[in-house]
Amino acid sequence: MASGVKPRVKVPKSAAAGEAITIKTLISHKMESGQRKDSDGNIIPRSIINRFTCDFNGENVVDVELAPAISTNPYFEFEALVPEAGEFKFTWYDDDGSVYETSKKIAIG
Amino acid sequence: MRKLTGAILATLLTTPVAFADPVDDTLVLNEETEIVTRTAAPDHLSDSLDEVMSGWLFRGKETRAMQADDFDNPGMIFVEQAMDSWNAVDGSEGKSCASCHDGLETMAGVKATYPKWDEAAGKVQTLQMQVNECRTERMGAEAWPYDKGNAINMEAALSSVSRGLPVNVAIDGPAKETWEQGKDMYYTRTGQLELSCANCHEDNYGNMIRADHLSQGQINGFPVYRLKNTKLNGSHSRFKGCIRDTRAETYKPGSPEFIALELYVTSRGNGLSVEGPSIRN
Repeated sequence: MASGVKPRVKVPKSAAAGEAITIKTLISHKMESGQRKDSDGNIIPRSIINRFTCDFNGENVVDVELAPAISTNPYFEFEALVPEAGEFKFTWYDDDGSVYETSKKIAIG
Repeated sequence: MRKLTGAILATLLTTPVAFADPVDDTLVLNEETEIVTRTAAPDHLSDSLDEVMSGWLFRGKETRAMQADDFDNPGMIFVEQAMDSWNAVDGSEGKSCASCHDGLETMAGVKATYPKWDEAAGKVQTLQMQVNECRTERMGAEAWPYDKGNAINMEAALSSVSRGLPVNVAIDGPAKETWEQGKDMYYTRTGQLELSCANCHEDNYGNMIRADHLSQGQINGFPVYRLKNTKLNGSHSRFKGCIRDTRAETYKPGSPEFIALELYVTSRGNGLSVEGPSIRN
């Protein structure tokens, strides 16, 4: 497992029904591209987050495939429609098989 | 038509080219903490500058916006890491920072006064040196290497709770000698290019240096998250980069020369807000 990985998300605590809210997510990750060499000339193996998803009450909001050229600490900002109270679930998939998850509840009102 | 084109061209030619000038903008952190990025120069600078300006004003719109929200500020990732070390017991005495100091927020205002004279040590100390003094003398832990990982993260964390407070380092009393040494360094030309700090940051701020904007070289925003190396950078490491660019042999981060220079350069920003961890290019 890559070290120092920590997901962070920012979701408003509440929204009006049907409102589009802005969600910000960031995961600290070194995003090693697999193109670089160390001081001995050996290739540093690729280690990136390759997929990010966000679901709301089981329904998919975004599903993103990440490529090796994406820089360290990938940050996503997107909008989501909130039809009802519920929970956003965020998932990041690491090359090494690790899965990082976090979730945020949102109320209507 | 030709006449019209001529008129437009003339307008373009007479409009002053001011791409590198500091912008007119206000920095408010997280929609609550107003940051002073522009203020009257401290008395000791009255012969050379009227106004001191944070490097924030010399950066692009996107970079400026990134710093205005803690979530968007990647420097805060490192602050979070430092919070873990703040609470982590280390060394032979079984203590953490929190054992003596409680919460990190109790350290508000500390960053604003460093570097400062330390009576017991008999010299000017930077904040990182003070942290290491705590580690070696009170925690029985190993000192952190200067401007590296843990040390720079902790400096950023201590700085983050002082954001918005004015930089106020003492330059008189016992610190005066060190301050004078730093001032000498600031105005001394070095390297094959024979440049002093002042040549760029006092005489030419607001102009371009190749493709980049020259700021006043204020360090109220340190530690700085640099987009070019995606990590926190200490002021000593930045000094080293500048001195290297004059093609001179440089000093080491944590050396007495850089401590003196840090005190002097910090004092040039007395009155600006503590901003670290800030975002620069």
